[in-house]
Amino acid sequence: MDLKAITKTARDTIKKYNRDHSQIIAILQDIQGVYNYLPKEALSVISEEMDVPLSRVYEIATFYNSFSLKPRGKHMIEICAGTACHVQGAANILDRFERELGIKRGETTQDGLFTLEEVRCLGCCSLAAVVRLDGNIYPFVKQDDIPRILKKYKKQEVK
Amino acid sequence: MGRIRTLKDLDLAAKKGLETLFPKKTKIMVGTATSGIAAGALEVYEELKRECEKRKLDIHLSKTGSMGMDSLEPLVEVIEPGKPRLAYGKVTKDKVSPLIDQVVSGSIDGLKPAYRIDDEDDLIRQEKITYGKKIEAKLKGIPKINELPFYKKQLRIALRNCGTIDPENIYEYIARGGYYSLYRALSSMTPEQIIDEVTISGLRGRGGGGFPTGRKWLSCRKAHGDIKYVICNGDEGDPGAYMDRSLMEGDPHSIIEGMVIGAFAIGAHEGFIYVRNEYPLAVANLQKAVEQARELGLLGDDIFKSGFSFDIKIVRGAGAFVCGESTALMTSIEGKAGEPRAKYIHTVEQGIWNRPSNLNNVETWANVPVIIARGGKWFANIGAKNSTGTKVFSLVGKINNVGLVEVPMGITLKEIIYDIGGGIPEGKSFKAVQTGGPSGGCIPADLIDLPVDFDSLWEAGSMMGSGGMIVMDDRTCMVDIARYFFDFLVSESCGKCVPCREGVYQMYEILHDICHGRGKKGDIELLESMGKSIADGSLCALGGSAPNPVLSTIRYFRKEYEAHINKKKCPAGVCRALIKYSILADKCTGCGVCAKRCPVECISGERKKVHIIDQGKCIKCGTCKEVCKFDAIIVE
Ligand SMILES: Cc1cc2nc3c(=O)[nH]c(=O)nc-3n(C[C@H](O)[C@H](O)[C@H](O)COP(=O)(O)O)c2cc1C
Ligand code: SF4
Ligand code: FES
Repeated sequence: MDLKAITKTARDTIKKYNRDHSQIIAILQDIQGVYNYLPKEALSVISEEMDVPLSRVYEIATFYNSFSLKPRGKHMIEICAGTACHVQGAANILDRFERELGIKRGETTQDGLFTLEEVRCLGCCSLAAVVRLDGNIYPFVKQDDIPRILKKYKKQEVK
Repeated sequence: MGRIRTLKDLDLAAKKGLETLFPKKTKIMVGTATSGIAAGALEVYEELKRECEKRKLDIHLSKTGSMGMDSLEPLVEVIEPGKPRLAYGKVTKDKVSPLIDQVVSGSIDGLKPAYRIDDEDDLIRQEKITYGKKIEAKLKGIPKINELPFYKKQLRIALRNCGTIDPENIYEYIARGGYYSLYRALSSMTPEQIIDEVTISGLRGRGGGGFPTGRKWLSCRKAHGDIKYVICNGDEGDPGAYMDRSLMEGDPHSIIEGMVIGAFAIGAHEGFIYVRNEYPLAVANLQKAVEQARELGLLGDDIFKSGFSFDIKIVRGAGAFVCGESTALMTSIEGKAGEPRAKYIHTVEQGIWNRPSNLNNVETWANVPVIIARGGKWFANIGAKNSTGTKVFSLVGKINNVGLVEVPMGITLKEIIYDIGGGIPEGKSFKAVQTGGPSGGCIPADLIDLPVDFDSLWEAGSMMGSGGMIVMDDRTCMVDIARYFFDFLVSESCGKCVPCREGVYQMYEILHDICHGRGKKGDIELLESMGKSIADGSLCALGGSAPNPVLSTIRYFRKEYEAHINKKKCPAGVCRALIKYSILADKCTGCGVCAKRCPVECISGERKKVHIIDQGKCIKCGTCKEVCKFDAIIVE
C-alpha cells in the first residue's frame, strides 16, 4: 500500500471536515470508503494532524463494528444474522459460506477475493434469509443456493 | 420556485406537487425502497423508462416508497386520470413490455392487478382523494386495497405517504398537506400550545421505551441553556425491524417537519438525524430532503417569516447497537466511542456537549405533523387508552404475509398474526412471537388474544420495542432463540459495566452449553438469578433488559429448556448437537437429489432405492431436508 497516498487521503479528508474533532467517525468512514479498511498509517495521521491521542483514534476505530483494521477482500459477503434471518436458518447459511470459502466469519480468503462478515439485520427482514454481496441484496437464500452464488463471482474473476 | 415564506407560497408549492402527484396523463410508479430494490425494482424502473421512450409514450414515470406488502415486490402502480390506482405485484423486468401493452390498450386481461385504490383519505388536508368515481365493470373483480386482509385492519398515519409520493420530491409531500402543520405551528401557535397538543394526543415514544413525548418536550423546553438540540433516532438497531428505514426512505419530509415543529416548541435551533450505517438509501433520501427543505426556506433562517431558525445535520452511525441508547447516541454524535452514561443526568438537561437535548424516534417525529393538523384529541381517540395512536410493526419470520403494517394500538396479536399476517406457512402451528428486539421477549401462542399496547406487552414479559414482530413456528427452538440473543448482546455490550459485560457472557456460555447437550440440573435457576442481578446492576437499558429474552422463554417454555437439559433433546429440531436427520423409507423415492446436494456427501443409495444418511459424517446442516421434494427427511 502506498504510504504517501494514504497520508494524502487522510490529510484531505481531515481538511474536508475542518479538523473538527466531532467528525472523527465521519473521517474514518470516508477513509474506509476509499480503502475498504482503515490503514494504520491513516490512523497515525489523524492522531497527529488533529492532535488527538492515537489511543483515542483506535478506541473509536475498534468500538464501531463497521470499521476494519484488516484489509478486506475484493468482494464483501455479509450474512444477515438478524432475528428474522436467524429464524429462517441464517446460522446454517453462515456455516455453509464458511465451509465453501474455507474461512471463518470476519476472515478473508487467501486469494484476497472474499471477506465474510456477519451483520445484524440489513433491514430487509421480510426477505429473510438475506445475504448482501458487494452491496447487492440476495433475498430468500437457501444453503443450496450458495455454491451457485459464489461460482458467479469466481467466474467473473477468471474473465 | 423561490423560498416559501407565506401560506400563498405553500399553496403554490402544493399546486406544483399535484402536477406530478396526479398528473393529467398516465402515471406509473415503482416502489423503490430497499426491499423493492432487492426484488429488482430498479431494473424494472429502467426497463419502463426504456420502453416508454422506445414507444414514444407520454407517461409520467415516478419512484416511490414502500406500501408495506413486501410479498408483492417489485410493485408497480398505474394511475390514469379519473381511474382507480391499479397495483401490479411481482412485476419483473420481462413483464414490463406486456404491462405497457395493457396500459396502452386499456385491458387488464393479461397481468392481473393485485388490488385497486378507488379513493383514499388525505389525513392532513382532511379530504377524500378520489382516483376513479365510475368503476368500469372489468375492474369490479379486482379487490379494493382495504378489502385485502393485509390492509383491512391497517390505519396508516405514520406511513401516510409511503408508497404514494416520490420521496425525492418535496412538492409532492407539500401537496399531501406537508409543511402545513409547520406553517400552522409557527404562525398561530405558541410553543406551549404545541406541547399541550402533543401531551393531549397521548403520543408515547415509538423507539421502545414509550415515554410520553409531550412530557419529554416540556422538560427540555424548561431546561436551562441557550443552545438546545433536537435529535432523531434513526439507528434502528433491533434486528428484525425495519419500520424506520421505510419511513426515512419513503417519506423523509414527515420526519423533518416533525423535527422543526418540535424544535420550535422546545427552543432548539440545531438538529441531528442519526442514521444507521446499514441504511445507505435512507441516508441519501434524508440528505436530499434536507437540502430541498433548505432551498425552499423550510429549514434555515426565519422559517415562514416567524423569526425562528433551525437546521438539521445527518450523522451516520458506524454499526454499534448500543448507540441506539439515548446517552450513547449523543456521545457518538460528539464524535466519540458511543458508551452510555449514567441516567441520573437527564439528557433533556445535559445531552450533547452537556446541553439540553431532546431525542425522539423516527416514527415519533413522523406522527407530529398529523397531531398538529388534526389536534391531540383526534389522535388520542385512536388506539388504546394509555397507548394512543397507531404503531408500525415489521411482521416477519414464519408468517404468510410478511411486511410492514401500521395498526391502531390495542389490536390483538391474533388479529395481526392471523387476520393481517394470514397465519403460519406450510400448515405449521404458531408457537411464539418475539417483540422488542434483544430487550424484549417471546410471547407464547396461549397469549394470542393479548392486546398490543405498551403496558400489556410489558406485563407479558416483553416490550413494544421499536416494532419488530418475529413470528415463530414449531420449528423454532426457544432455547436457541435465547442463545441467539445472548450471542448478539455479548458482541454489543459496550463493556463499561461488569454485570453486563461478564454476566451476559456467562449467561451466554450456559445457554450455549444447554444447546450443545451439556446443560446441567440447576442451570435454569442459575439463569434466572443471574438475569435478575444483571438487570439490577447494569448502567444502561441494554444490560437492564438483556435478561428478558431468557427470562421470558423460561417463563413460557420451561419444558423446552428441561428437554434440552434432562433428555438432551431439542424438540424443535434445531440445536445441532441434539438432533438427527434421517430418511423415511416409505417416502423416499430414491431420486438422489439429497445425495447430490449434501455438502459432506454423507448420503448414499442406489437410484430409485431408499437412501440412507451416514450419521457419523452428517454435519446436520439440513440441506437434504431443504432440497427433498417428497418430505422424506425428518429431523428429531
Ligand atoms: C440498547 C438500546 C438500543 C436502542 N435502540 C434504539 C433504536 O435503534 N432506535 C430508537 O428509536 N430507540 C432506541 N432505543 C431507545 C432510545 O434510548 C430512546 O429511548 C428513544 O430513541 C427515545 O425516543 P422516543 O421517546 O421517541 O421513543 C434504544 C435503547 C437501548 C437501551
Ligand atoms: S449495561 Fe452494558 S451496554 Fe449498558 S453501559 Fe453497561 S456495559 Fe455498556
Ligand atoms: S433480520 Fe435479516 S434483514 Fe432483518
